Formats: sequence, C-alpha cells, structure tokens
Amino acid sequence: MSVLEIRGLQVSVNTENGSVEILKGVDLTIKSGETHAIMGPNGSGKSTLAYSIAGHPKYTITGGSVTLDGADVLDMTVDERAKAGLFLAMQYPVEVPGVSVSNFLRTAATALRGEAPKLRTWVAEVKGAMEALNMDPAFATRNVNEGFSGGEKKRHEIMQLELLKPKMAILDETDSGLDVDALRIVSEGVNRAKANNDLGVLLITHYTRILKYIKPDFVHVFANGKIVEEGGPDLADKLEANGYADYVSK
Amino acid sequence: MSVLATNYLTPTGREEAWRFTPLKRLRGLHDGSAVVAERNSLVTKAGLPKGASFTRETLAPLAASDDVIIERIRGEVSDVAHLSIDANAEIKDPIFLTRSAGALDSAEFSRVRISLGTHAVATVIVENIGDTLLAEDLEIALAAGSTLTFVSLQEFDSKSVYTARHHAVVDKDATFKSITVTVGGDVVRILPTVEFTAPGASAELLGVYFATTGQFFEHRMHVDHAVPNAKSRVNFKGALAGRDAHTVWIGDVLIRAVAEGTDTYELNRNLLLTDGARADSVPNLEIETGEIVGAGHASTTGRFDDEQLFYLMSRGITLENARRLVVRGFFNEIITEIGNEEVQERLMVRIDGELERAGA
Ligand SMILES: Nc1ncnc2c1ncn2[C@@H]1O[C@H](COP(=O)(O)OP(=O)(O)OP(=O)(O)O)[C@@H](O)[C@H]1O
Ligand SMILES: [Mg+2]
Repeated sequence: MSVLEIRGLQVSVNTENGSVEILKGVDLTIKSGETHAIMGPNGSGKSTLAYSIAGHPKYTITGGSVTLDGADVLDMTVDERAKAGLFLAMQYPVEVPGVSVSNFLRTAATALRGEAPKLRTWVAEVKGAMEALNMDPAFATRNVNEGFSGGEKKRHEIMQLELLKPKMAILDETDSGLDVDALRIVSEGVNRAKANNDLGVLLITHYTRILKYIKPDFVHVFANGKIVEEGGPDLADKLEANGYADYVSK
Repeated sequence: MSVLATNYLTPTGREEAWRFTPLKRLRGLHDGSAVVAERNSLVTKAGLPKGASFTRETLAPLAASDDVIIERIRGEVSDVAHLSIDANAEIKDPIFLTRSAGALDSAEFSRVRISLGTHAVATVIVENIGDTLLAEDLEIALAAGSTLTFVSLQEFDSKSVYTARHHAVVDKDATFKSITVTVGGDVVRILPTVEFTAPGASAELLGVYFATTGQFFEHRMHVDHAVPNAKSRVNFKGALAGRDAHTVWIGDVLIRAVAEGTDTYELNRNLLLTDGARADSVPNLEIETGEIVGAGHASTTGRFDDEQLFYLMSRGITLENARRLVVRGFFNEIITEIGNEEVQERLMVRIDGELERAGA
C-alpha cells in the first residue's frame, strides 16, 4: 500500500519577465488502487502539477512538499522518482531521434528492475505489451516517438506503464487525440495496470468520456493553480453540463 | 629517409584553406620539416575476394590538387597502394584495409588508389588506427555504372596527426557513397572531395566526428558539379565535449554554369556537450546556373535537449545513461549507414568511452 502526498505545493516558471507562479498551493493525497480525476480549464496548471511531481527541470518548487510513502520526492532526481515508483504519461511525449523503442524500453526496464531482463522472457514481454495495446510490432524498431501519430504516442505511453509497473501513475490527457477504439484499448491498459499492480492513478482529462472506462473514485476541479472543488464521479457530469464558469469567476 | 626540399609554398595560416588548422601541431607535415620514412602501412586485413587485387605500382595522380601537403606527397612518392575492383565484379562483403605500422618521430607520406571498373560494386573500409604521423593522398576512381561505399575510420590513438585528401572522380551513372568517421587523433584534417566527370553520377558524403578535450578535427568538403544532371548529398554530424575540443566543417559545393539539372543538399549538425568546446561550420554553396533541380544547405549547433533527457530519465534511466543514449542516437543515423554490425558497435563503444573520458 503506497501513498502519494502533495501538500501546499507552490510552483513557478521562469519567464523573460521574471518568475511566474503557476501552482498556488495544491493539496492532494492518492493511495494505491485509487483513481483521482483532475479536470480544469486550459492553462490552469494541470500539466505543471504533473511535471513538477515528475521533476521536470523547467519548474521551480517554491513551497510545499511531495512525498511517496514518506520519502521526499522533491529531493530526488528525475530517475530516482521513477525508481521510487512514479510514472508520468505525458501530454506531449518527446521524440528521441536515433534511439529505438526496443533499446529504450530495455534500458528503462534494466534501470527500474536493477538488472537487465532475461532476453528470452523480455522479448515475449514486450511483444505481449504491444499486442495488448494493438501496436504493430514494427514500432519496436522505430525511434522513440519519432513520426508517431498523436494516438500512437499515447498508446506507447500506456504500453510503458504496463511494462514498467510503477506504483503511482499520472496520466496527463492520455485520452486527448484518441479515436473511440483507441480510447477503449488504452483505458483497458490502465485498468489492467490498476488490477495487476494496485496502481494509484492521477488522471488529468478534459472529457468525461474516458471516465466511463476508467472509473474515478474522486474528481477534483483544478482552476487557477489549485484544487477548488472535490467530489465523487457525479461531479464530472456536472462539469460537463455546466463548464468551469463557477470556478474561474471566483 | 629524407628531409623534404622546401620548394613548396608553406601555409602561414592566413590562407582560407588553413585558417582554422593549428599548423604548429602538424609536426612539420605542412612545411617540409617532418622526416619522411618509408612505411607503406596500408595493408589488407584478410584475403581479398575474387575480382579484387591490391598491389603497389607507379601511378600518375588522377586529379590535380591545390593542397600543399598533397603536393608534397606527390613530390616525394610515386609508389601507390592500389586496390582495384574488376569491371562487373559484385563484391558483397566489405574489403578491409588497415594500418600495419605507425610512428610519431617520422612521417609517412602515403598514396592510395581505389578503382572500380565499369558496373563493379564494392564496399571498402579503411581502418586508421594506432599512433602515427600520416599524410595521405587517397584517390578513388569510379568507372561508369559502378557503385562504391567507402568507409574511412579515424580510430587513431591520442597523439596521431592525419592530414589527407580523399578525392573521388565519379563517372557516368556511377554511385559514390562515403562515410567518414573521426573519433581519434590529436589533429585530423580530411578533405573529402568529389568531382563528377559525366551526367547521371551521384555522391553521398556522410560523416560523423566526436572531438574531446584538446582534439582538433577538420572536415573540408568540396563537391564540384562540372557536368549536368549529377546529384550530391552531404550530411555530417559532430559532437564535442571538453575544453578546447575544436571541430571544423566546411562544405564547399560548386555548381558550374554547365551543370544544369544539379541536385544538391548539404547538412552539418553539431552537438556541443560541454562548455569550452568550439564547432565551426561553414556551408558554402556557389551557384553559376539557375537551371537546377535543387540546391540547399543547413547548419545547426545545439546542446543536449532537456526534454529528451527528461523523458528518458522519467523512465528511470540515469542522467549519464540518458546522455549516452542521446549521443548514440544522434550518431546512429549515419553510423548505421556503414552496414557492418561489428564496426558499428565498435564505434558506438568508442563514442561511449570518449563521452565518459570527457566527463560530459
Ligand atoms: N515559460 C512560461 N512562460 C509563461 N507562462 C508559462 C510558461 N510555462 C508555462 N506557463 C503557463 O503556465 C500555465 C499552466 O500551464 P499548464 O501546461 O500547466 O496548463 P494545463 O492546465 O495543463 O493546460 P491544458 O489543459 O491546456 O493542457 C499556462 O498559463 C502557461 O501559459
Ligand atoms: Mg496540460
């Protein structure tokens, strides 16, 4: 049983006009097996929250804390956070020219497992993970995310989620850009990871569509750099009907 | 042994062709002060396949040169190491040439010829290894319809000085592809040059270089489109790490008035992995006719992409390994063109080692 605890998190980015505060005190606790959905208007800071937890160098933490099972996440390097059990499925996965998917996955698995996976079982494992997400095996020899369509990049992220078996996953708009079939396939991947690894999920989305497949236990409304309301799954339906007007005008 | 007569013009460093080169570190190759020894170091690594022969013979130069060191070599040496591929021979496996000897207290002046008969197909890999002082006039003749992949690997040890011209003369419908890899030596200065003698010829000059602390690597292309309907591509990628690592890439492409239908593109990309290194990149396209298919160039110099490193590290990969992957990935595009797994892996391991040594 793991707990990711975010307390009073304040985050700034450096701009040409000095530092700008984006997160203004975020409080959130996620336990193993729980799914928390975050919904909020464009630019409210959802990706900033996701990147800050994962340790992207662009963001400066100016206050608050993030712990995973009591360990100080903010004190860890990016790779140490992954080794501690955190995973970020990115809104815009990055292309890495010249590095094949199979080389990348094997290097990642070796780093996270502490030893190189046995070649025999590994090949089958990757093949299985790709099949489960309806990805052509040819992707293994392609360069990481290079030339992938938007939807293919998202499948690739969830394939990594299944393969790398983290404790906590942040899914930043994984559903954006997916066709109806892909949405179902990707959701099933997330649900498998939940079932197999008791994964805790922080799911950032703009649409209730994905919440039909991945049932949230909690829904949080994010506006202007913090959580402004919390509720159950029905809050998502309310948001879909009414929009964010109530929250941004405050 | 003999000391060269000094009736050649000695570069001062002010000439366009020499303005980047650290002349003082050439150990006298350029000014005649080097003591020349007869080493004939270039040898075949294994037996030659059918259709190929390797001999020493007296040959007149294939093409004129305005390079001082090439002139000095030609003044001194008439004996040429000649790898010849018969007309119509199709040789699948690469032919390896390597160095059997080297020294730093004397210089080797080397003349090499690689010639392909009409419609011959071959791959030649030259391994330049060890610590040596070597000036080389290497000429390549591609007869009509022939296809050559020429790989030159500068895998020297740290004190070597190598100055060379690798000049290809490409006849009708012949296809020349060169891959120049420079990862070792103190000073390496290579002039990969091409001239087309008939329409329908094509040349692809690919290269990678990785200079670390104190190393100087210069690659000075010259592609002469003197006939119509020839095609050329240049793509060199370089990385630099450590204090005073210095690379120079010059891409001179000349499209003469007669060269209608020319199609050319040249690209140089550099990756500066640490502070204190310097990459000079000078594309230079001269176009004397408007009737061309295309002509372009691009040159970029960048640093590690934080987004790439972050993505890799977010999957548990350490910063050190993430950098290694990115650098390998950067070079991969060109290294895989060699088409020989063993050589490719050896080069990647060398690149890893250089990266580690430079502490990047
Ligand atoms: N370098 C920067 N300079 C100025 N503002 C920035 C910079 N980087 C991020 N921001 C701002 O931070 C805010 C939060 O961005 P973030 O990407 O976290 O939003 P988001 O909630 O994920 O939006 P979306 O729903 O569109 O993905 C935005 O207003 C963005 O413009
Ligand atoms: Mg976002």
